[in-house]
Amino acid sequence: MKNIKRILECIFLTLIFVLSGCTYRNMNEELTIYNVSYDSTRELYEAYNTLFLSYYEEKTGQRLKVLQSHGGSGSQARSVIEGANADVVTLALAHDITLIEEAGLIDKGWYDELEGHSSPYTSTIVFVVHKNNPKQICDWDDLIANDIEIVTPDPKSSGGACWNFLAAWYYAQQLYNNQEQTEGFVRSLYKNVLVMDASARTAATTFVENGQGDVLIAWENDAIVVCEEYPDEYEIIIPSVSILAQPSVAAVDYNVKRNGTEQIANEYLKYLYSDEAQYLFAEYGFRPSSQKILNEYSDRFNQDMKLCTIDDFGGWEAVYQKFFKDGGIFDLIYNE
Amino acid sequence: MAGNEELGNIVRKKHFDAGRALLICISVLFIGSMLVLPLGTVIYNALRNGWKVLFSAWRAPYTISALKVTLYVALVSLCVNTVFGIAAAWCLTKYDFRGKQILLSMIDIPLSCSPVIVALGYIMMFGRMGWAAPMVDWIIQLPYSINGVILATIFVTFPFVVREIVPVLNAIGREEETAAAQMGAGGAAIFLKITMPNMKWALLSGMSMCTARALGEFGAVFALARSRGETFTLPLEVDALYMTGRKDSVAMAFAAAFLLILLDVTILAVKNIAEYITKKKKVDEAFE
Amino acid sequence: MNDYKESKRLIPGFSLTLGITISMLSVIVIIPLLSIFRYALKIAPVDFLNIILQQNIRRAFWTSIVQSLIAAGINSLFGTIIAWVLVRYTFRFKRFFDCLIDIPLAMPTAVAGITLSKLYSDQGWLGRLLGAFGIHVPYTKAGLTIALIFVGIPFVVRVIQPVLQGLNSQYEEAAQLLGANKITVFRKIIFPEIRAAVFTGFSLAFARGLGEYGSVIYISGNSDKNGTKVISYVIMQKLNAGAIDYEGASAIALVLLVLSFFILLVTNLIQIRNNKRNY
Repeated sequence: MKNIKRILECIFLTLIFVLSGCTYRNMNEELTIYNVSYDSTRELYEAYNTLFLSYYEEKTGQRLKVLQSHGGSGSQARSVIEGANADVVTLALAHDITLIEEAGLIDKGWYDELEGHSSPYTSTIVFVVHKNNPKQICDWDDLIANDIEIVTPDPKSSGGACWNFLAAWYYAQQLYNNQEQTEGFVRSLYKNVLVMDASARTAATTFVENGQGDVLIAWENDAIVVCEEYPDEYEIIIPSVSILAQPSVAAVDYNVKRNGTEQIANEYLKYLYSDEAQYLFAEYGFRPSSQKILNEYSDRFNQDMKLCTIDDFGGWEAVYQKFFKDGGIFDLIYNE
Repeated sequence: MAGNEELGNIVRKKHFDAGRALLICISVLFIGSMLVLPLGTVIYNALRNGWKVLFSAWRAPYTISALKVTLYVALVSLCVNTVFGIAAAWCLTKYDFRGKQILLSMIDIPLSCSPVIVALGYIMMFGRMGWAAPMVDWIIQLPYSINGVILATIFVTFPFVVREIVPVLNAIGREEETAAAQMGAGGAAIFLKITMPNMKWALLSGMSMCTARALGEFGAVFALARSRGETFTLPLEVDALYMTGRKDSVAMAFAAAFLLILLDVTILAVKNIAEYITKKKKVDEAFE
Repeated sequence: MNDYKESKRLIPGFSLTLGITISMLSVIVIIPLLSIFRYALKIAPVDFLNIILQQNIRRAFWTSIVQSLIAAGINSLFGTIIAWVLVRYTFRFKRFFDCLIDIPLAMPTAVAGITLSKLYSDQGWLGRLLGAFGIHVPYTKAGLTIALIFVGIPFVVRVIQPVLQGLNSQYEEAAQLLGANKITVFRKIIFPEIRAAVFTGFSLAFARGLGEYGSVIYISGNSDKNGTKVISYVIMQKLNAGAIDYEGASAIALVLLVLSFFILLVTNLIQIRNNKRNY
């Protein structure tokens, strides 16, 4: 009996030891704000943070620190739900922010809190091909030819890939105007997919670094970066029809209240709509939401392509239920 | 036994041995293609832009912060695992009790557990809606903080120290300790004077294995660390850099990977030296 | 039983060390894993089966199991040869090669995955070579297997090596003197001795491959259709896609966990049996 008591004592002591060993507190008392974002915006927010910090210091005399976090949009949303202490989220699709809202961390109505459905910048889906377009890919219908190898991420684990799928779907729908043929078109398109990576960034790497496939279906901003990095090897093809991808931003109300960063977070988001920030977005390949600045960059962003929006599909919730949930249309098309 | 090995070699050296040559060839080819080439790819890609790029990549703030986090995490998990490893090995070799074999197998669980599952387990326990969150939340933040990274690293490196010490202690047996205890020596004295000298090289080898593994853990940490420059370890930084897709950052990714491999190789060298000494000691004892 | 208690008391520190061992083991390993059990067992059995038996999940399990079996098999074969060479022969750079075996344990799996996909890509060293023969490795099952071989090899070699070192070569030499050829010697004398170790190494490599994530995702292409999507990728997918599917993830994780526990159990039983026979 005495033995068991001593064992218990030791267990207790070890627990205290482990817990105290794990305790690591950030002694840094600098005011910080934590931005949880998705893959493609890593460089963008690095630049934006510098811009914002100097603006904020000028305005209030206060020095800030911005932490940023990037990853697949869905996994980023999950990290916030599971307890990552994000002050603001800037994710690839509104649906991911809705998930955080459903967990009770963001107040309802965030979608219309800021201009343009809370998306300060937009992007679209384009093709990246090898220089001089050896396979003569000009539009979506060229992708279903037999000898084309496509690289696109997996819609079931990447937000960006959902936009790709929907853009293809919208093109086919415009063309055939009936469900069966549309499905058939998208099916033959996905039959040509050579590699389906977990995220848009991995797909870009597969195409660019490892030289797989003939065409990469990508975010316009990623495509612009790729073609600026390798001007002699790749070029962008603008399809006739695509989708207006609207990455959304919101403050995580639950966390900012706890951290006392409410005002800074709102300032951070509002400044996204300033002219300086909008120019920055254009520089980094995102379409600014300000029409005036977008027009200044008309050589960079083709404004003639026809862009559908998520509302044409009835909003994210409907899209998710119809296409991407287990056993949805995507599963039917792809698993066949 | 080592004497036999040498004897065997002498016997075999008498004539050219085709089987020996073949087997050595197969081994060298396999190691060469499966292990050396990947290693070579990293080194080649890290160095092909010249030393300047390499050093400037190492000096990048993110790399430095990642290196600090990595070393901090490795150090903490090394300390925890060393204490645990010694305690567990002592307990498993010096006493007989019921359930000992089960305990021994349980320590091996992390070896065969998917890193994804580790992360999932911690999230379901300590995440905001995990059952243990209300209990620990007021002390420390675990998921998506450095504490979670440390915890995950401790998990994956858990068995290494134990696995290295247990066989050595088992081989030595417990006569010396028993005798010392009978003569009235205290636990600390027995441990420091008798057990420790016997197992120190095995312990060192286990500790270096543990450190090497801690430096390189990716999967579990990947799911629990989110912010670059704060909780990113070097492997995560390599991934982040590689996925950036710009030419220079790909070069930087390989530079960071090279740094990681340099660290690992140094540690593995320590391990191999420790093993060599252990073996040599055995040989000496065998000849005495 | 009395004997046990006697010897238990002789060396001090039993409760201290057992206490530390049990508490650390529970906090770090057991309780987190039980949390998955707790979550997964809340799912109704019918739903549980429905999740597990979905076609793509079945296929991913199949891929993981088959590919890691293949990889573990290849590793056991070459691992045994390498262990034999490293123990029995002396040649130049032997220690260097010995040191290299540990590389996969220490190399971050992501770095391994990135490197392997670069190495075998059409522009990579091996990719170009194999491409000349029309063999395409990345984003196929072969790529997946190669990644699994890479991560599994140290387990096999490091388990067999000490056993071979401890092997008494008297019997071999006696057999050789009596005129047995090398194959017979190996089959009749050496193999029975290392059989348990080979199997342990095999199952460790198998278990490791079953749950492998980092190195696999970059080189396998994660295609359901081509059978290169592994089970840990599916778990991540469940967590990261659209709606966060904790139920699905924990149900799959539970099955995977039970599988690896089973492997561990078999390995340990074999080890115990083998130890008994030796004493």
